Amino acid sequence: MEFEPVIGLEIHVELSTKSKMFCGCRVEFGGEPNTRTCPVCLAHPGALPVMNQQAIRYLARISLSLECSVPEKSIFHRKNYFYPDLPKGYQISQYDQPFAVDGQLHVMLDEKDYRVGIERVHQEEDTAKNIHGGESGRIAGSTYSLIDFNRSGTPLVEIVTRPDIHSPQVARAFLNKLKNTLQYLDVSDCNMEEGSLRCDANISMRPVGDTGLGVKTELKNMNSFKHLEKGLTQEIIRQTELLKNGEKIVQQTVHFDVTTGDISPLRSKEFAHDYRYFPEPDLVPLIATAKFVDGIRAEMPELPEARAQRYMKDLELPEYNAEVLTASRELADFFESVTEKTSASPKSVSNWAMGDLSGYLNSTGEHLATKSVFPEGSNICKLSPENFGNFVKMVDEGIIGVTSGKEVLPEMCKTGKSANKIVKAKGLTQISDQSELEAHIDEAIAGNPGQVEQYRAGKEQVIGFFVGQVMKATRGQANPKLVNELLKKKLSG
Amino acid sequence: MVLSGCRLSWNREYVNLLRLTATEALELMKRGEISSSEFTGAFLSQIDRHDDDVFAFLNVTGESAREEAAAIDASASGRPALAGLPTAIKDVLCTRGVTTTCASKMLENYNPIYTATCVQRMKDAGIVTLGKTNMDEFAMGSSTENSAYGPTRNPWDLERVPGGSSGGSAAAVAAGECVWALGSDTGGSIRQPAAFCGVVGLKPTYGSVSRYGLIAFASSFDQVGPITKNVRDAHLMLQFLVGKDPLDSTSVEYPVEIPPLEDRDLSGVRLGIVKELVGEGFDSGVMETFSKAVAMLEAAGAEIGEASLPHVEYALPAYYILAPAEASANLARFDGVRYGLRAGDTSGITEMYEETRRIGFGDEVKRRIMLGTHALSSGYYDAYYGQAQKVRTLMVQDFASALGQFDMLISPTAPTTAFRLGEKTGDPLTMYKSDICTIPVNLAGLPAISIPAGLSEGLPVGLQIIGKAFTAPTLLQTAYSAETAIGFGRVSPLIEGQD
Repeated sequence: MEFEPVIGLEIHVELSTKSKMFCGCRVEFGGEPNTRTCPVCLAHPGALPVMNQQAIRYLARISLSLECSVPEKSIFHRKNYFYPDLPKGYQISQYDQPFAVDGQLHVMLDEKDYRVGIERVHQEEDTAKNIHGGESGRIAGSTYSLIDFNRSGTPLVEIVTRPDIHSPQVARAFLNKLKNTLQYLDVSDCNMEEGSLRCDANISMRPVGDTGLGVKTELKNMNSFKHLEKGLTQEIIRQTELLKNGEKIVQQTVHFDVTTGDISPLRSKEFAHDYRYFPEPDLVPLIATAKFVDGIRAEMPELPEARAQRYMKDLELPEYNAEVLTASRELADFFESVTEKTSASPKSVSNWAMGDLSGYLNSTGEHLATKSVFPEGSNICKLSPENFGNFVKMVDEGIIGVTSGKEVLPEMCKTGKSANKIVKAKGLTQISDQSELEAHIDEAIAGNPGQVEQYRAGKEQVIGFFVGQVMKATRGQANPKLVNELLKKKLSG
Repeated sequence: MVLSGCRLSWNREYVNLLRLTATEALELMKRGEISSSEFTGAFLSQIDRHDDDVFAFLNVTGESAREEAAAIDASASGRPALAGLPTAIKDVLCTRGVTTTCASKMLENYNPIYTATCVQRMKDAGIVTLGKTNMDEFAMGSSTENSAYGPTRNPWDLERVPGGSSGGSAAAVAAGECVWALGSDTGGSIRQPAAFCGVVGLKPTYGSVSRYGLIAFASSFDQVGPITKNVRDAHLMLQFLVGKDPLDSTSVEYPVEIPPLEDRDLSGVRLGIVKELVGEGFDSGVMETFSKAVAMLEAAGAEIGEASLPHVEYALPAYYILAPAEASANLARFDGVRYGLRAGDTSGITEMYEETRRIGFGDEVKRRIMLGTHALSSGYYDAYYGQAQKVRTLMVQDFASALGQFDMLISPTAPTTAFRLGEKTGDPLTMYKSDICTIPVNLAGLPAISIPAGLSEGLPVGLQIIGKAFTAPTLLQTAYSAETAIGFGRVSPLIEGQD
């Protein structure tokens, strides 16, 4: 019997609002512990929560971008459990009346379209951060624990998908798409390492062709998309083996060890919670009027698909270029400001941006200076849109050769200098001076009579050999187009 | 030496300062007849004389009270509206830098880092704070016997309880240990002790007064209000308590003006006696006093009829599910991690939690946390919490219908007069029934006031008047006219003794 996986995801997104969900403390990553706290987020006696309106606007943006319907009334609940990082002893969350329901997100993978249903989107608050002393860094076996309440009460949006995903690859592609969407919405920096985007996955197996759901397990707190994909792959193997041996799947949380690649079950006691949800009496119901929702719709930032269409239509980019560029808000924003600030050809700019520039950013981990949200402490690339545009123009106009360009661009990124300066300093300007080139060409022809014979006998591809000789002699600075023209003239002459 | 009396300069009449109402005292202070320092000193002396017996105060801030009073006396012009009035504050309200215990071992040494909005508003209006008053631990109780620091005694009879949970505040007013006090009312905690102590207690409409800084018992019921010597003082204090607080999402801008009280009778006022809240289960003495008071209201022009709250028998059980459910979450923050008590010599977080809460909470608090936790548990939620919410809706409908026929509803405030210490501590259910007349009002979030109806065997009996939501002006005017019609005019022996 063949089995197929059924996967549903729960994603937590920390919003990048100025202040916390229910108090006025600033939202920021890191910093001196316990410096951004107040009676509310420390849960002092008598303190009360007040809803952050900006967070609700961000929540609405997310919900609308996922094509959810937003009921007029949603309410907050208390989710009760004891843990030192939860100062009130309950988390304010939403339960059976969430902010938004029934949405979808389409994902393209290997030119196939996958629709992933969104079950719900709701608002809650983040916990504080426990730091456990002792060797393991976990609470078990620690000699002491410290708590940093700076994160306590940070606005958190939970997005729950339907079990519509049937491969780890689609799961990863979904998260990539979601992350990009969230970045376009300007609602979160989506930094997984700092925990501003976290993902849990529910997974079960069923015989291919079945429509029911099997017993599921949960993979918790995957801290990168790559690990999520790997973890799911491992869990699929584990469950499939069990089922093929006629064994039963136990509903439990499993842990994926990223170093060994092993899946191990967590003790069931650790997640056998009864959260005793009940309506939060300290908050009034959240009313999303049609006017509010329309207002949010009107102020929605342009999403990737719409932007790709615009690039194709207004800037005449090929579909592939438009899609690749808009798949990263950062790259797209940078591209756009280059085309606004310089007269470089959009298509050439996009090619360089997708190629060498992206390569540079990937290898250094730097980010482009755009208005997109970045996690604190990211390295910003020194390349300005103006310099980039002028660089592309210089290449297009033949002032710099492509080969030299590949050397110049990383230097521009590193130093922030203009292409002009670097080219001059390194003497990399392309040689388009006819007499200088002719001297090199004459030398090449004189030194290789055999090849000249071949060319003249009709073997025209030998011209490449001569171009190579000239390039070698000029250290790659010769204008290849001009060299070609001159060579043809001389060889046939 | 300042005792409880002084002679007024304009007619050399001797006045027992402890008998003065806040309104009278303000007038005398404004005219320069008495100073806030004299007035404050009189209460501090009375506290010295009697509070070892009464134990209304958990913490008397005498020194700072004298300083505040002296500062008021020194400021010649621009006196704020409540300047110099010596006020007692229930220890459920956070006061920055002043120990706030909620009468619990859990918060024995807890110094709040902020002041409750309602207290701050009173302070901004110039009050002098005398200290923090005793109460049932975390406001859970009807006799103040659940205080971790010992019970408060009733100034009318020191063998009896003052009611609760605001027993300390009510006893302080009745004993002449403050001119007025702040209390809080979750199921009757202002009105029932006011009734037992022969003073006035007002529970405003839910949402009128900010709860920010009020240590939560049951968030959807809790409301702060005045405990005073008469209706006029309650009317005065209320104006400084109400209003939207940006820090409390459930607070609202009080929707109507609160005009001055007028001297008029009860002509044209339709009062409905709640038939389910009289008769069976009520002390005959209470019923007798209540009936006499009703006759006086009728004589003053009130139209008296019979009203019904058909579902009121379910109010008590519904309350004892909903309030403990909310409390079970509200009290989860007392975990020994950040402030308050932390049990020593424990290994591991779970044992620390368990031991801290075992030592820190009293029996009644534990009982209610367990009740509430159970009621919210998976598999029981619908049967308990869900059903109780339905009862709450029915109570709202019952009141709406009864208050459609009458301007206001009336009942005794409690089925008995003040009972003896220890009389009901062994039987929680009997104790809970002490709030049978007041709890339905909290379920519906309505405003209600208790005023003295008379004495029964030397002990005060309260008359409860219940109004529609956000109608404090008419409720207070009616209570004022009723107070005049009844003409109670008695004070506890502890004040009388200083005449």
